[in-house]
Amino acid sequence: MAAKQTYRISIPSRTDDLHKVRTFISDLARAHGFVDDDINKITIAVDEACTNIIKHGYNYSPHHEIEVEVVRNGQQFEILISDNGKQFDPGSVETPDMKEYLSHFRRGGLGLYLMKRIMDKVEFDFNRDRNTLRMIKSL
Amino acid sequence: MSDFKVNIRERSGSIHVMELKGYLDAHTTPILEDSFQKLLNEKKYRIVVNCRELNYISSAGLGVFMAFIEDVRANEGDIKMSDMSPKVFNIFDLLGFPMLYDIVKTEEEAAGKFSKN
Repeated sequence: MAAKQTYRISIPSRTDDLHKVRTFISDLARAHGFVDDDINKITIAVDEACTNIIKHGYNYSPHHEIEVEVVRNGQQFEILISDNGKQFDPGSVETPDMKEYLSHFRRGGLGLYLMKRIMDKVEFDFNRDRNTLRMIKSL
Repeated sequence: MSDFKVNIRERSGSIHVMELKGYLDAHTTPILEDSFQKLLNEKKYRIVVNCRELNYISSAGLGVFMAFIEDVRANEGDIKMSDMSPKVFNIFDLLGFPMLYDIVKTEEEAAGKFSKN
């Protein structure tokens, strides 16, 4: 089994820098051995997480940082995303009923749901004024 | 920055085709919103979205279709989609969007669905 490897990137809290984190994640997911469809899905999960931080955590203020760390460990691909924006309470977000959502033409609120559908594990922590999101997907 | 473009053209049957190109994320969704708004302002409600060159879509992009579909259908039109790559289709599919939208293989097929209506 290959040794544990850690990679990091930091992006400003601006949507026009989302493409940087997407490239970072997709390159690493490809190197880890995921197939194209999974690479795209993992990239979306991270995009959704960063978009939520920009939108809700930092309220679109562009002068903050989002730290993204990837740990490749054997089959496991672990992503840690942290910010010092507003505390996120995952219990405050309702899981959408997609049938009801679509039939009532609802909009928004699908980011966390997508992350959970895509990744094997999604966990949130708030410690020392920092939110940390931990997502895992294994080969 | 993310690269995203929309090209609009008209085809027979008063159908307007939106060709999407590039990456549709939280940064680029205003470009697609403006394009839909422009069509609706001109009372063009028969819309085919050709996704042949759409490389990526996040939930922000999916939200744009949700924002306009009700208005379009209230005016006896529709938004039909075609030419999606499997990876883009899989995201629509993951959220059940094929229940609400016609997503077909080719633009011809999408346009043909209007003629039958």
